[in-house]
Amino acid sequence: MTLYIDNKPYDVKAGKNLLETCLTLGFDLPYFCWHPSLGSVGACRQCAVKMYRDEDDKKGRLIMSCMEPVANNQRISIQDAEAREFREHVIEWLMTNHPHDCAVCDEGGSCHLQDMTVMTGHAYRRFNFKKRTHKNQYLGPFINHEMNRCIQCYRCVRFYKDYAGGKDLDVFASRSNVYFGRHEDGVLESEFSGNLTEVCPTGVFTDKTLKQHYTRKWDLTTAPSVCQHCSLGCNIIAGERYGELRSITSRYNGAVNGYFICDRGRFGYEFVNAPGRIRKAVCDTEVVRKEEVTERMKHLIGSSKVIGIGSPRASVQSNFALKMLVGKNNFYHGVSDNEHDLANLVIKILHEGPAPTLSMKEVELADAVFILGEDLTNTAPMMALAVRQSVRRQPMEQLAHINIPAWHDGAVRELVQEQKGPLFIASVHTTKLDDVATETFHSSPDEIARLGFAVAHLLDDDSPEEASLSPEESKLAQKIASILSMAKRPVIISGASCETDHVLEAAANIAWALHRKNQQAGIVLTLPECNSLGLAMMGGHRLEAAFNAVLNGHADTAIIMENDLYRHGKKSIVDEFLKVCKNIIVLDHSPNPTTEKANILIPSGTFAESDGTLVNNEGRIQRFFQVYEATENIQESWRWLLGLGTALGVDEMSHWKSFEDITQAIAKEEPFLKNIDKVSPPAGFRINGQRVPRETHRFSGRTAMLANINVSEPKPPVDSDSPLSYTMEGFRGLPPSSMIPFFWAPGWNSVQSINKYQQEVGGPLRDGDPGIRCFEPVQTSKIQYFKSDPAIFESQEDHLLIVPLHHIFGSEELSARSPAVGERCPAPYVMVNTADSADLKIHENEELSFEVGGQPYQLPVKVSSEMPRGMAGLPYGLPGLPFVELPAWGILNKEMKWMKQQ
Amino acid sequence: MEKPLTQHIRADRQPLTLKEYEMAGGYQSLRKVIKAMTPKAVIDLVKESNLRGRGGAGFNTGLKWSFVPADSTTPKYLIANADEMEPGTFKDRILLECTPHQLIEGMILASYAIGANISYIYLRWAYKTAAHALTKALEEAKAAGYLGQNILGSGFNLEMHLHTGAGRYMCGEETALLNSLEGKRATPRAKPPFPQISGLFGRPTIVNNVETLCCLPHILMNGPDWFKDLSRTSDAGTKIYGVSGRVKKPGAWELPMGITMRELIEEYAGGMQDGLRFRGALPGGASTDFLVEEHLDVKLDYTSVAAAGSRLGTGTLVILDDKTCPVGFVKNLEHFFAQESCGYCTPCREGLPWVEKILESIDLGKGRMEDLQLLAFHTKYLGPGNTFCAFAPGAMEPLQSALKYFREDFEKHIHEKVCPYERETLSVLR
Repeated sequence: MTLYIDNKPYDVKAGKNLLETCLTLGFDLPYFCWHPSLGSVGACRQCAVKMYRDEDDKKGRLIMSCMEPVANNQRISIQDAEAREFREHVIEWLMTNHPHDCAVCDEGGSCHLQDMTVMTGHAYRRFNFKKRTHKNQYLGPFINHEMNRCIQCYRCVRFYKDYAGGKDLDVFASRSNVYFGRHEDGVLESEFSGNLTEVCPTGVFTDKTLKQHYTRKWDLTTAPSVCQHCSLGCNIIAGERYGELRSITSRYNGAVNGYFICDRGRFGYEFVNAPGRIRKAVCDTEVVRKEEVTERMKHLIGSSKVIGIGSPRASVQSNFALKMLVGKNNFYHGVSDNEHDLANLVIKILHEGPAPTLSMKEVELADAVFILGEDLTNTAPMMALAVRQSVRRQPMEQLAHINIPAWHDGAVRELVQEQKGPLFIASVHTTKLDDVATETFHSSPDEIARLGFAVAHLLDDDSPEEASLSPEESKLAQKIASILSMAKRPVIISGASCETDHVLEAAANIAWALHRKNQQAGIVLTLPECNSLGLAMMGGHRLEAAFNAVLNGHADTAIIMENDLYRHGKKSIVDEFLKVCKNIIVLDHSPNPTTEKANILIPSGTFAESDGTLVNNEGRIQRFFQVYEATENIQESWRWLLGLGTALGVDEMSHWKSFEDITQAIAKEEPFLKNIDKVSPPAGFRINGQRVPRETHRFSGRTAMLANINVSEPKPPVDSDSPLSYTMEGFRGLPPSSMIPFFWAPGWNSVQSINKYQQEVGGPLRDGDPGIRCFEPVQTSKIQYFKSDPAIFESQEDHLLIVPLHHIFGSEELSARSPAVGERCPAPYVMVNTADSADLKIHENEELSFEVGGQPYQLPVKVSSEMPRGMAGLPYGLPGLPFVELPAWGILNKEMKWMKQQ
Repeated sequence: MEKPLTQHIRADRQPLTLKEYEMAGGYQSLRKVIKAMTPKAVIDLVKESNLRGRGGAGFNTGLKWSFVPADSTTPKYLIANADEMEPGTFKDRILLECTPHQLIEGMILASYAIGANISYIYLRWAYKTAAHALTKALEEAKAAGYLGQNILGSGFNLEMHLHTGAGRYMCGEETALLNSLEGKRATPRAKPPFPQISGLFGRPTIVNNVETLCCLPHILMNGPDWFKDLSRTSDAGTKIYGVSGRVKKPGAWELPMGITMRELIEEYAGGMQDGLRFRGALPGGASTDFLVEEHLDVKLDYTSVAAAGSRLGTGTLVILDDKTCPVGFVKNLEHFFAQESCGYCTPCREGLPWVEKILESIDLGKGRMEDLQLLAFHTKYLGPGNTFCAFAPGAMEPLQSALKYFREDFEKHIHEKVCPYERETLSVLR
């Protein structure tokens, strides 16, 4: 349809509002309360334009563009004098109470309010009375609160409550005294609270961790990166100054994380700056230079039988380099055997099955969701946020006939009320999504699988039957099956977190059975770590085999890369392995029990100091870029290994000179990763002969920042691995979407400048959302359903079935090392059912003693009525808790308990 | 002169009991309608009667009802807006306190017309006497079968609940009222969708003013022509007019629609108090434009008052006399509006306190001539459509007309750096 803006015709899309249409067309129209993900509410009145009845109407009337749908032959004016004056005065009104503290405000320089103030031209203060003031609140270790800056756009509560389902942030009081905060000081409970810093158009909610080492946005050296703290691969922008990683913000990817990231991803970065980082190469307690390390290792490796243990938290390149160095047959996955098998199972399901693997965007659009075994908020937090959107969106579909567009947020909410889309959750314990679930089912992993198999059979007779369900379970299975089969875009979500293959198999059977009837049905499987899938795709043996290789004398030297084996294997076995192993070569960036045992310890770069590629849970290959060159001897694992391979004259590695060469080799060698070299432009890529700068043109102090050490300005490092530069010079236009180091556009210094990088506002990035999916569903008429027989759960006397419980803050190794996240980690505990605790005569916080797989535990008890009877939950991966393969039967040690309590 | 709404009010102003109300012909209209008329016929008849909403906007009631989808299978709601909080307005109070059954009957008729089975009376918290009277009347009506299942054997069901607000002016705005009734913050909603389509709990809803609803039994009993004949003008019916300010006999009276301001002040309110002259009046509560001496013969109906540059609003005059400072008068009003703003949209939330502060500073003799421009700027940009709801435009009406009619008073304050009225009072005291 045609829209006339200031008398010029534009071809525009129907169904949108005028504001998003104008922004998509590239007009600079100011706004505050509207957000592409949150829709329109018309509160701030900033986006006023003139609207005319027809060609002859010269007077027109002011309307709020965010609240007005586009219509064919509609005539509006952005430039109209009265509209401009009104927009300027909206800023003037907001400024009556907004402090003039830009110079000391964390938001300064990336502040939407600043941008809009300049855009509207408001410059002179006519208000000469006192400003209102508020008290600020303590909101926890992540978020700083400065309420005086608030311009009452209501975005914070709309994101926090309406979008993310948070319950402890609200708007209080009225008139010019409205207050956004908690009912009292305290830690914000939502796992997505960090997004407030980006949703807030000014400096009310700011990043508290950034405050510890504050730098203006324009002074950061930034690079496009990928979050390392779960398997979803959310896109992030990481910023550095003075060799220190200073902040993580969301990097828009329309298919993956959209505008947001979770708090683990945003605040978990500080392990990079930890004082205890491994910064120097150490050979048998002696610090050695970079060149010498290779020399020494060359000798060592040349004369030994070497195995390599890779890592799910290391890049594809690093794992591949290790695999090539030690040879395919000597390459082992550095994950527990169970995790290894589950990752392979995920590949089998996604690669060989007919159901497509879905992105988070596709999950948001689902109209029925069944989650098996995952506590998404804690294992894959942003996926939980996507599920929440699906639940919120689905009822809107039924309301289409009332002719209310989806962006009309207030009206939609009113019509939808408490209606929610179908969501079924089968999990071992309560999850944070239970509050929006249609039905929940809490039981053992095998019981979850049994429910799943029953649902699959109801959907398709070819899927094996699961006969022994209780009448209630059968009823539930029928309800789930019938709702899933009625849905247009059903999604089955499962994952590795309850560490049970049957659960994944059941999920696959359901997705496949659904897919047989409905091609739109999809599956989502989550994995433990950021590159679990990438590692599994490269083949490699189980960890157990690595241990055996050394214990049986087939090998005497192990190269362990970015992997704390104590997180993946039982302590006694790892101890034994490391004891027997003659030479232990460890590459890592952060100290851990494994690095302590290294004979040769080599400092690896963290993600911030590295280039690399990861494969997320969806099978999406994504590139991350080095943010800054590491100091001292730190370099990427793959670079260390490349040097070593060259020195040793390893055939496959002999022609490798650079990151690019390794990537090319992967594309050739690894069938799943054949497109890895197409994910992002190669290192030699230039636009108009220019690189893409990591620094904004306003970057300050380049000539001065190191002047205290040397007055002559050092030459900026040259990046041989990517087309990005370490300077502020270079191409100023829009870079390819996979390599956007920061979002900025003239007049748009805040994250709102993302608008300028999208095909349409809120849509994909200009040249497509980054990442290439490496699984395409198999078209097959004959589905190979899984046939397995998960056990009926029966509680056993003096035993509890121990299942893993995941924590967004604590279960992931690296983020838990960051002080702010560390503050949010729970202390170790064991969770038991209320009735079981009564039987055991044990109370909350008293210690329970038990043994699992030969590993003794003595932990304070948490009592929960939602933990199924006969089961107990043990936090996964928490600092201080020794590894054990779960689920497994725990043998209660009553005597110890009694001894302790007496 | 017929006074259908107030004719049966007892001299002691005690509420009419059910028995008394029935003796006076109460619920006869309901009996007649519920047996003999279809909902559509009721809507058409009310439309024809030209009953216009007495809450202030003056929209044709029957027409408003006709937007409710007739075939809708979802619940529908009827709400009596009894959140009378407009400064200077106390007309619904009389009806609520003295003839609660008249309101209930009107509500049953309206519910029947739109097919609502649940209705609420949203009552201002401070109207304790009314709350008491309504509670009792609701019990009586329920016991007598006027409310509940199968009313008078008609098959029509209606629940009716009394809900008292927490004391915000904003709750009188129909969509903010709906939010408040749902337990949410009393902020207005965007229109469209209108409450007729998506109202209470997102379902079709009609919100009518108390006085409007009280007209219904009479219109349906006596017909549209009778109702039109009550009036002196094209706007039908009687109207409860009120007068407050320094007149001899402030009060409220039910009079034919279209009586003049002069008649109302002189014949019913007893004229101005001795020694005081009429300077101006807000014709329909605090959020209407001043009318002045030249308008004394304007007919107080929707059309005529609008033609004179103001709004009939609630039809309750607030009088400004010549010994009261118009700046202080307006400052007082703007203080109220700044306090009562819900804080949702920028111009209202930030503009009204600014206006209040400027008026205060002028009143204290600290004003500057550019302040008048600032006030004028606010009256322009807090206009309809620029703000989220009609609250701020309403707040600007007395200000913009005061600046027009009493500009010399504002300028005097600024030039003499003192409030001239206060100085006069002080000099008298000396």
